[in-house]
Amino acid sequence: MLLREVEYAKPASVADALSLLAANDGARALAGGQTLINVMKARAASPDVLVDLNGLDALKGIELAGDGTLTIGAMTTYTELLESAEAKARPILGEVVGTIADVQVRNRGTVGGNVCANDPTNHLPPLMTAIGARFHIAGAGGEREVPAGEFFLGVYMTAVGPGELLTKITIPAGKSDGFAAITLGVDGTCICNAAASLNGSLRVALGCVDAVPVLLQPASAEEGAVREAVRGAGIDPPSDVHASAEYRLHLAEVLAVRAARQAQERT
Amino acid sequence: MSSHPVTVTINGVEYEREVEARKLLIHFVRDDLDLTGSHIGCDTGNCGACSMIVDGTLVKSCMMLAVQADGTTIETVEGLADGDQLSPLQRSFSEHHALQCGYCTPGMLMSATALLRENPSPNEDEIRKALQGNICRCTGYWNIFEAVKAVAK
Repeated sequence: MLLREVEYAKPASVADALSLLAANDGARALAGGQTLINVMKARAASPDVLVDLNGLDALKGIELAGDGTLTIGAMTTYTELLESAEAKARPILGEVVGTIADVQVRNRGTVGGNVCANDPTNHLPPLMTAIGARFHIAGAGGEREVPAGEFFLGVYMTAVGPGELLTKITIPAGKSDGFAAITLGVDGTCICNAAASLNGSLRVALGCVDAVPVLLQPASAEEGAVREAVRGAGIDPPSDVHASAEYRLHLAEVLAVRAARQAQERT
Repeated sequence: MSSHPVTVTINGVEYEREVEARKLLIHFVRDDLDLTGSHIGCDTGNCGACSMIVDGTLVKSCMMLAVQADGTTIETVEGLADGDQLSPLQRSFSEHHALQCGYCTPGMLMSATALLRENPSPNEDEIRKALQGNICRCTGYWNIFEAVKAVAK
């Protein structure tokens, strides 16, 4: 398929990438391209300039600090995460990333691209919300850090503004996590998902039911408490060809219970 | 119009061309270089018929720009055979009747080649997972699976 005409730039450093992004309103960062190139085919996005982040080693890699904090470079691919010994410190990451699409997509798709695309059917936004990830955003004025609750702003919208880049994601230590999803086919488009973290108090994040992940803090991981928290959240999921709003609401409860149960089993 | 010099080595042959930034790698390989072994089944990143190995990594070449391939070494289905000598995997596809219309075959072969290179002894589940990104619209998956399994050590 022929894309609309577009300029291409391959910056040699993060600073160069930021200047290129700041210099043109129509510039857009190109990460793994497994979402962006397809939405460009569909003309759902028509950037004037693609700023290719591939090759910027400063945006890659996974580090594990002494206190168990994981730092994941935004341009780390799913395959790199799956193969990383450090990433096993938070096992849920590899478990969820291993279910994204297929080998080819995991070889090029990136963690940063997934969260910055913020497609409501992606797995990582609710997972990052539940596990309390923090997002590091670089811009002309330096770097700022925002929590997941302030990062995901709307469908395809995040706190990364014009002229800015997500550089890395930090994730606190923890192993008591859970994740459950209903997808079309084994690893297809998601109809509803839920992530849970029981490292301290329980946090459950629902995906595919609203423009951004919905964070709940049930009183306990017991089924009744989790169901009550979902019912009390007042969510109003969309209906589409894959599922009605009623069905998504039903799934939200069931998946929240499953994710919370898995998190509890791992305490 | 944004045009960029691109140098790639495909199946051992070096090519130098000017490409527009908007050109997808699959179109560059098929239309500009006339290597038409890799197929376009869906053009939306689903079917895997355009799978190639770029610098050792299996990718769908309809989700990568040609300009991004500058400086890379690429393997396509044309590079699997040695002259008239099919690779063991290709022979196995033939022996197991692992192709019906054959449209998905170049992608299936590249995915299976990438799998066997990384993991020469995959179990059945690993073979299935490795082929997950490749769709066969004839639904001839069983024979494809058998062909790969027969080559696995």
